[in-house]
Amino acid sequence: MKVSMTVNGVAVSHDVEPRTLLVQFLRENLGLTGTHVGCDTSSCGACTLILNGEAVKSCSLLAAQCEGAEVTTIEGLAASDGTLHPIQEGFREKHGLQCGYCTPGMIMSSVQLLQRNPNPSDQEIRHALEGNFCRCTGYDNIVKAVQWAASQS
Amino acid sequence: METGKSLAHDSAEIQVTGAALYTDDTVTNAGELVVGFVGSPVAHGVLKRIDLSSLYRIPGFVAAFTWQDIPGVNLFGPVIADEPFLVKDVCEYVGQPIVVLAAENASALRKARPQVQIEVEEETPWLTISQALKQNSFLGTPREIKRGDFEGAWRKADHQIEGVFYSNGQEQFYLESQAVITHPGEGNEILIQASTQNPTELQEVVAHMLGIGFNEVVCSCRRMGGAFGGKETQAALPALMAALVTKKTGRSARIAYDKDTDMHVTGKRHPFRSEYQAAVDKEGNLLGLKVELHSNGGAYTDLSLAIMERALLHVDNAYFIKNITLRGQVCKTHLPPNTAFRGFGGPQGMAVIENLMEDIAAKLRRDPYEIRSQNCYGNSPRDSTPYGQRVESRLPQILNQIHESSDYKTRLEKIGQFNETSLTHLRGISLTPMKFGISFTATFLNQANALINILKDGSIQVSTGGTEMGQGLTVKIRQIVAEELGVPSEQVKYMTTSTEKNHNTSPTAASAGTDLNGMAAANACQAIRARLAEFAAELFADTQVGLSKSPEAIEFSEGKVWDRRCPEKQVTFGELALQAYRNRVNLGERGFYRTPGVGFNQFTGKGSPFHYYTTGACVAEVEIDRFTGQWKLERADLLLDIGHSINPGIDRGQIVGGFVQGLGWVSMEELRYQEDGKLLSCSPTSYKIPNFGDLPKDLRIELYENPAPNGSIRKSKAVGEPPLMLALAAFAAVKQALGHISPGKIVPLAIPATSEEVLRCMTWLEDPEAAWGLTNSEIPLISKPGQSHTNMAEKVA
Repeated sequence: MKVSMTVNGVAVSHDVEPRTLLVQFLRENLGLTGTHVGCDTSSCGACTLILNGEAVKSCSLLAAQCEGAEVTTIEGLAASDGTLHPIQEGFREKHGLQCGYCTPGMIMSSVQLLQRNPNPSDQEIRHALEGNFCRCTGYDNIVKAVQWAASQS
Repeated sequence: METGKSLAHDSAEIQVTGAALYTDDTVTNAGELVVGFVGSPVAHGVLKRIDLSSLYRIPGFVAAFTWQDIPGVNLFGPVIADEPFLVKDVCEYVGQPIVVLAAENASALRKARPQVQIEVEEETPWLTISQALKQNSFLGTPREIKRGDFEGAWRKADHQIEGVFYSNGQEQFYLESQAVITHPGEGNEILIQASTQNPTELQEVVAHMLGIGFNEVVCSCRRMGGAFGGKETQAALPALMAALVTKKTGRSARIAYDKDTDMHVTGKRHPFRSEYQAAVDKEGNLLGLKVELHSNGGAYTDLSLAIMERALLHVDNAYFIKNITLRGQVCKTHLPPNTAFRGFGGPQGMAVIENLMEDIAAKLRRDPYEIRSQNCYGNSPRDSTPYGQRVESRLPQILNQIHESSDYKTRLEKIGQFNETSLTHLRGISLTPMKFGISFTATFLNQANALINILKDGSIQVSTGGTEMGQGLTVKIRQIVAEELGVPSEQVKYMTTSTEKNHNTSPTAASAGTDLNGMAAANACQAIRARLAEFAAELFADTQVGLSKSPEAIEFSEGKVWDRRCPEKQVTFGELALQAYRNRVNLGERGFYRTPGVGFNQFTGKGSPFHYYTTGACVAEVEIDRFTGQWKLERADLLLDIGHSINPGIDRGQIVGGFVQGLGWVSMEELRYQEDGKLLSCSPTSYKIPNFGDLPKDLRIELYENPAPNGSIRKSKAVGEPPLMLALAAFAAVKQALGHISPGKIVPLAIPATSEEVLRCMTWLEDPEAAWGLTNSEIPLISKPGQSHTNMAEKVA
């Protein structure tokens, strides 16, 4: 079946099997491999992206469900001239990543958090990002990265 | 100075934009096949028949392979080659690969899987240590480390404390599951692109399996999405599968496990059963200790013997024990071969004695800190380990410092008052030390080589056998190279790890990645720098102004080069490189390093296996809900001596990350198996790793200022594994909190101290008659569906 949507500001359209997941559509049809698959069961959050303004886990959505949607992936977060989003900068500056595999999903969840709450407390950050797992950092530096980004605006 | 800076992670810039490529992110080659497998349906059984006949009707299905298709050897293993790649006759764990499948796409592969008909005659499996002990089923021979006269000490002891302590398994849970891509080359050549800590091992096992020379295989790894030991040996199976497909079809092949498959078929941290007897005097001095350790090795040897060795070498942790007998043996069971996981047996060994310290304190009704402190290693003769290596560390000072800085004494008193008054909660605090030996205990692995290439623009490439799994090895090595050559770190690039550039490399493991590869890289830099100094000296020499040629006077700093005696005349490092090239100066070098002075005799149990120890301590305070057994880590103070850190930002990340992983092991991560050997906790929906909410409210990290660190490269110390073991403080704190229920009674608690375990333990302490199930045991197996109902019905009846 044909699926069309706007990904990172670009209109895309592909013929796919109806069972194709959004994350497969991005990775396999569009070659956008920044969105990672961690657990396939919407537990780990590695595949988080922004769909119509909401952070969602793309491993448990069908591409067909996103017909006509606006999707922002990690590849579409920085400005077109390459200037990093403050959250991206925060993760880099504050050692908010180690292996980096969970990072794209973690950043996309943080984007939504700061949209809803530009000055979150330590506890609010921890609560908002509970749907994202990281096995490397022990989370402390991720909290600091989000705080750093919040302090930039 | 480039070292000592908290530079961002090497690939941070591309990791935050999604441009960093993990194995399965790389672009698909034309004609590339998707690879999967069908594994054993049972934990133990005889393979009777494989029927592949209905596969070939599936559109897009390409090929299926069994053991009969293997051109070379069907056995592999890092130490002992006892693990079959594809089952020939006996299945030894659920999911063990029997048939490798290749298809044009994932959809065809999915359709093919259920069409594989496998007939197995099921036999009774044994899965736990106790079951294996009944079967007398072991891997390898027992190991022993012995000093003094334990029996004598035991007879004379004022207090004899004995018991059995269990620490259970843990899943590595790297976020990126196992992934490998293979490509055909000319003739017999094969290229492997893998998420592996050990490219050299993949090169070798694939060559063996294909019956070709090691020199026909190149294995590379750009980065891993986490590994934690889980990709030290266990990337071998997926690599073998993809390589067999490439060999047979002449096409590129890709295999990427999904999380469930990964958790089902890969090995984990070893569960341990430790039977101990401790001889203690009136004052609480540990005069003698005997421990009999058994680990659950799973079906094949893998790294189990080395892990048992490290466990034995860490039972002493920070304590001097004059009379000691330690014995260890690995049990063979019908689980996937258990393997490396951060700490490599060290945590299991240390847990035994930290548990015992709590028991001694409970029995003597003393503050456990005093017991720990008075038994701690100190000056000669109290500085000798059971295996004879001297402990050069500042453990007493570290204990003292954290005791003060954490305000332990006041908090202990407050907790006592809290527990007197609270009817709903219990609190506990504990201070545990940590001493972790750095080096591979297999001495030959303590070597590394590095390749430095300086290009004509002065940019530098460094390649080593070290692999990047998030630990920050690559940025640290760039910093080391930059400092050696006097250029900014940005001028140095860490190249993809490949067996083509660095051969016979050791796995990136044992916390020794930066020590070994950093030293090899520094050695190479020093050789090039000497040649460049010689050349620059000639360049700057000017007899007219009386400047003689003097290589010793050449300075390399901040990307500039000059003669100290004439600093106004400078060239950039790039200009010098170009000039040197034109004058035919060799701008490449291989460095080599072997750790000096290490050696351990596994037969006598004596030697100095470690180059040095990384030490530290932790104070943890916990609060337990008396109704549910749920507990929270309220505050943790961490103090580590990691010498002069090459990158404090990276190292702090390692400390918190390791600590939280350890916290997962001691508190919530619970592997549950069905009695037929099937793992039930096979995804994050049923297996809980620490989350944001599990971070302690108050987390304080300090680096111990050691005036004379005895570390390795640039006086830094290894930091990868050690912080994991600091989490034992949280476990000890839970034991202490529970101790308030029935003072003087030893608290039977196993790792992990899950809510259920804590609740069982609380109930038992209050009224042993009311307790259900066993506390401090191996995690019990779960009945198969259907059978559990029958059991319940019988019980009710």
